[in-house]
Amino acid sequence: MTQVRSTPPGREQSRPGGPRWWTARRRDHLAGFLFAAPQLAGTALFVLLPLGLMFWYSLHDWNVLAGGFTWTGGENYERLAQDPALPGVLRATAAFSIGLVALNLSLALVLAILLDQKLRGTVVFRTIFFSPVAVTLVAWTIVWRFLLQDDGGVNGLLSVVGAEGPNWLRGEATAMASVIVVQVLKNVGLNMVLFLAALQGVPRELYEASTIDGAGAWTRFRRITMPMISPTILLTSIITVVGSLQVFAQIDVLTSGGPGTSTTVLVYYLYQNAFQFHDFGYGATLSVLLFAIVLVLTVIQWQMRRKWVVHED
Amino acid sequence: MKTERRTTARSRRARLALYGLLCVLAVPFVFPTWWMVTSSLKPANEIFAFPPSILPSDPSFAAYGRVFEFAPFAAQYLNSMYIAAAVTVGTLAVSSLAGYAFARIRFPGHNLLFLVVLVGLLIPSEVTIVPLFQLFNGLGLVDTHWPLLLIPVFGAPSVLSTLIMRQFFIALPAEVEEAGRMDGLGRFGLYWRIALPLSRPALGAVAIFSFLHSWNLYLEPVVFLSTPEKFTIPQALTQFTDAYGGPMWDVQLSAATLSALPVLIVFVIAQRQFVEGLAHTGLKG
Repeated sequence: MTQVRSTPPGREQSRPGGPRWWTARRRDHLAGFLFAAPQLAGTALFVLLPLGLMFWYSLHDWNVLAGGFTWTGGENYERLAQDPALPGVLRATAAFSIGLVALNLSLALVLAILLDQKLRGTVVFRTIFFSPVAVTLVAWTIVWRFLLQDDGGVNGLLSVVGAEGPNWLRGEATAMASVIVVQVLKNVGLNMVLFLAALQGVPRELYEASTIDGAGAWTRFRRITMPMISPTILLTSIITVVGSLQVFAQIDVLTSGGPGTSTTVLVYYLYQNAFQFHDFGYGATLSVLLFAIVLVLTVIQWQMRRKWVVHED
Repeated sequence: MKTERRTTARSRRARLALYGLLCVLAVPFVFPTWWMVTSSLKPANEIFAFPPSILPSDPSFAAYGRVFEFAPFAAQYLNSMYIAAAVTVGTLAVSSLAGYAFARIRFPGHNLLFLVVLVGLLIPSEVTIVPLFQLFNGLGLVDTHWPLLLIPVFGAPSVLSTLIMRQFFIALPAEVEEAGRMDGLGRFGLYWRIALPLSRPALGAVAIFSFLHSWNLYLEPVVFLSTPEKFTIPQALTQFTDAYGGPMWDVQLSAATLSALPVLIVFVIAQRQFVEGLAHTGLKG
């Protein structure tokens, strides 16, 4: 009812001569539905329908090459539980996501704090740190594959200072570390810019007041900066965590999941099963697992908001 | 007087240290791009020279010519350009309309429907790639550009754009639309004539996001496309291999440079709007 009053008086009456039910309010509702319709139809067709189909497929045995689409109930899930490769895949996924999120957020924060100092020329450095975001992802990754080769640029630079680097992409630990660092360098500029905007939004008076009270730099950072930018930290961490679970191109170009299966993360394993081994039923089951992980992590982070996000808009 | 001089000396030292730190940190961000561009101008044997040469000794564009010999790279470049442009325009239209509706029109169920749309944030297209493939397969649209156009504009990737637009439109004061109502503008008029012109920063951020997202898209082309003439740049870049499957570095680096440099130059020129557009959206939290 309040909605009627919120529309201006002149628009409440129906048009003279028009049918009585065709009120301005109804017309506005129709406009709302029509404006949202493309997005709603897209959500139904390209998000919700595939989500439903994903669960449906996961209950079937379905090899695209062999043909046949037969109901097998929970068999794919039993296979999932017993898949000897899965523990390794989940370990790689966890290592990648934790490493990426930790390095990305801490580096973004450090860079943002450095750029927030009153220095001339910070715009130049901001541009530099942000520039990889504008470089084509696969181009960036190809260049790094090239630099990280045994006789590539990184080891070339190391040899100039007399050090000998490992064959980065061929060792299990260095391959995972390389994939993480390459991905962080590519995208850390995004989070850095968001942190920088948040830092610049912290009222200066808060710092001045606490300096008068005798607080040191570290105390000021912990007691003022962190709480004030905590909403941004939460938002960027959610986006970065979900993004870390989607990483495919970098893995495919840098390591193809290797050496062995040490960098085969869940998305890559799902791609291999569905599109290289043509096992759509098991691919869909792995998709369900990926969806469950994204869902659980997002809910956990959303819950954490109550604990440590101090002020909310 | 004396203490003042001492603090300026100390602050100058601190400033120098800060500049030094920033320069060291900048190396891994700049070096790959620098290396890509200069190596593309080197002959293949110089690319692997020890110690590495910072500038090509005898710059040559020969590898660039071979990019177009080995692959239909011009067609692939055009594919990426037109798909990214169409996705950008489409996303701007879909997400600004939906964002406006969810922010400013109180139609029945608008909160519930907005929550349903937000589900897309939890379901990146990587999760649903198997059913999406089957869906487009059923429509006979595999090995066409339709999946690369439709999924980003209408599917999960556009949800973040809609969220940005909604946050922006919510913050517009009600008075700015009052004047338009007095002039007899309908809903579309209010959206087109008043809300949209005021939302340039948000539109800019959405345009950048959706362009880069489409330009970088890799999984979808790999899954959906099989004809080289239909490939987009990211997929095309991985195809420059010799008869033994080893990469042809000089050609690959030239193609990579061609794909990255135009966008990078646009970014450097427009970087103020670029960066500030991103920072001043609802994303800031």
